[in-house]
Amino acid sequence: MSWVLLFEQSLNGLQFGLMLFLLAAGLTLVFGIMDMINLAHGSLYMLGAFFAAALVEATGSFLAGVLLAVPATALAGMMLERALLRRLYARDHLSQVLATFALILVLNETVRIVWGSDRPLALPAALSGPVELLSGLFYPSYRLLIIAVGLAVALLLHLLVGYTRLGMWVRAGAANREMALAMGVNIGTLFTAVFGIGAALCAVAGALLAPLLAVQVGMGENILIVAFVVIVIGGIGSIRGAFVGALLVGAVDTMGRTLLPIALGAFLPPQFASAAGPALASVAIYVLMAGVLFFKPQGLFPARA
Amino acid sequence: MKKFLVAFTAMLVAAPSGHAAERIKIGFASTLSGPSASLGVDIRDAFMLAIKMNGGKLGGLPAEVLIGDDQFKPEVGRQLAEKFVKLDKVDFLTGFVFSNIMLASVPIAFENKVIYVSSNAAPSPLAGKQCNPYFFAVSWPNDAYHEAAGEHATQKGYKSAYLIAPNYQAGKDSLAGFKRFYKGRIAAEVYTNLGQLDYSAELAQVRAAKPDALYIFLPGGMGINFIKQFGAAGLARDIQLITPGFSSDQDIIRPVGEAMLGISDTAHWALDLDNAANRKFVAAFEQEYKRLPSLFASQGYDAALLIDAAVRALNGKLDDPEATRRALRAAKFDSVRGAFKFNRNQYPIQNYYLRVVAKDAQGRLVNKTVGTVFRDHGDAYVQNCAMN
Repeated sequence: MSWVLLFEQSLNGLQFGLMLFLLAAGLTLVFGIMDMINLAHGSLYMLGAFFAAALVEATGSFLAGVLLAVPATALAGMMLERALLRRLYARDHLSQVLATFALILVLNETVRIVWGSDRPLALPAALSGPVELLSGLFYPSYRLLIIAVGLAVALLLHLLVGYTRLGMWVRAGAANREMALAMGVNIGTLFTAVFGIGAALCAVAGALLAPLLAVQVGMGENILIVAFVVIVIGGIGSIRGAFVGALLVGAVDTMGRTLLPIALGAFLPPQFASAAGPALASVAIYVLMAGVLFFKPQGLFPARA
Repeated sequence: MKKFLVAFTAMLVAAPSGHAAERIKIGFASTLSGPSASLGVDIRDAFMLAIKMNGGKLGGLPAEVLIGDDQFKPEVGRQLAEKFVKLDKVDFLTGFVFSNIMLASVPIAFENKVIYVSSNAAPSPLAGKQCNPYFFAVSWPNDAYHEAAGEHATQKGYKSAYLIAPNYQAGKDSLAGFKRFYKGRIAAEVYTNLGQLDYSAELAQVRAAKPDALYIFLPGGMGINFIKQFGAAGLARDIQLITPGFSSDQDIIRPVGEAMLGISDTAHWALDLDNAANRKFVAAFEQEYKRLPSLFASQGYDAALLIDAAVRALNGKLDDPEATRRALRAAKFDSVRGAFKFNRNQYPIQNYYLRVVAKDAQGRLVNKTVGTVFRDHGDAYVQNCAMN
């Protein structure tokens, strides 16, 4: 494998990891702060993608559509939290899983009724082709945009959580909920805000990926499992953990798919290598998770020290 | 009164055979909800359209269609089939989209001598050793599109082909079908995760391998993801993407959009196939449902036409399964695909066409027929079928 290809695959891993981070950040905050397992998190990602597809069509502008999809999804998320999810905080995890699983089904059918089972969303014309980064290295320009936006959002989130009053509450809530409550943090408003932020991050991921992925009902379920792997690796409730975990998962998944078949081919007969390569690559991220949990059962960056 | 009841029941039980039925009952079980629903919905809509255009009748009998949703689950499909066959006593069973669900569900029909008319799934086991007198495929053998794609790549003189499929049985079968007829060099044969979302790693390797053609078997959402990302990577300039017909049909074109332009695919039917039956079907479907029919729709429509022709030939007498079977095998109907006949394993012998995604006169993205790849093509398994 050439260096150019290796570099290209690193960019692919980074891009996949950053998108996973956007999903995992919201999930880890909700899980860490409200102690709430929200399986419907993936549905918010789907909502973001559908909002983007519908709004791009309505406004005729890719930028406007994506920018409007984010607050629209955040609003939908906050309404869900106010109307339904806050009733579940005091319940045990099983009730939360049941209720939010039901919510997945309800949201799927709602989206199907409103928009149909799928929506087209094409790449903006200016970003529809590849650019030559180095001689011989062509990289899709749209994926570069995703990397840039992903890094910018990660930085913004870092500043928000690390250096603002809201961020302080969030950190306090994640570290010790009861103590934060006793110190007079308005938990109700904080939870709604956190949920809104999580939904907005989902929408950024959904809207940005919409031109590259199928915008269809059920798109949130596949990616949700990987997002859970990320927050377990990173440590539940930790934004930094979600960031590191997402980049690790992105890199391991991409490199596993590329390098494992080649590596196995070096010392196994071809028919075994071609069968074992994809099988091993598909479990690579779970092996990573098992490995991390073996050495650090709380994840890499546990929020509750 | 009691005497009368007994006599009446006896009369019903002993009703002499050979009388025409008063109506025909069809059990239609298909995947009608979930992410893969659009396929089953198209089959159902076209099936019902054919009956509607026929004045609510099949073969001259008023048709009653019982519709059930298998929810993409083999066990639900099996329950539906059991209910239709045992409780509702349907005359025919049809509808399933997916081979795994169909294979789990239809044995109950076979055991009770109810004929299953497959409007889509036509897996290789039922074509060969396990061929069954109560199974008719009015669609196309599962391998056929892949074989046609391989043959097309050979005819076109592509020197190397890169193959991608998900890592499961159907994925391996599909690439085996392609390789059966492709004579050039296989640049690589890559198996991906089932349900994979991101194909950047695979696309980078395709770019490095520089094949002439890229053949993918990635059904449903996987194909949508792949084709969108293939477009974004700008590979379409140097590499011809070839897919089986169902990966470039209306249900895929709708969500992908412009990135579909120029993709070649192979199928037994196309929107623009020039025959009277097809023109009538496409126009009626579009008028009724305000969308263009997919090839799944064409199969649902043909399934209804086949049953209609067979029941007509039987003069509505549905009580002898063997006679019904003979009537189905001999049925003459104007298929929307053009010439069509059953092989001795009751799988179709038909033409396969090369189609290219292009814009029609109204600027819509559609498949245009550009050539015929196979004429009167059967399947590779029929020699293992002992049935006559």
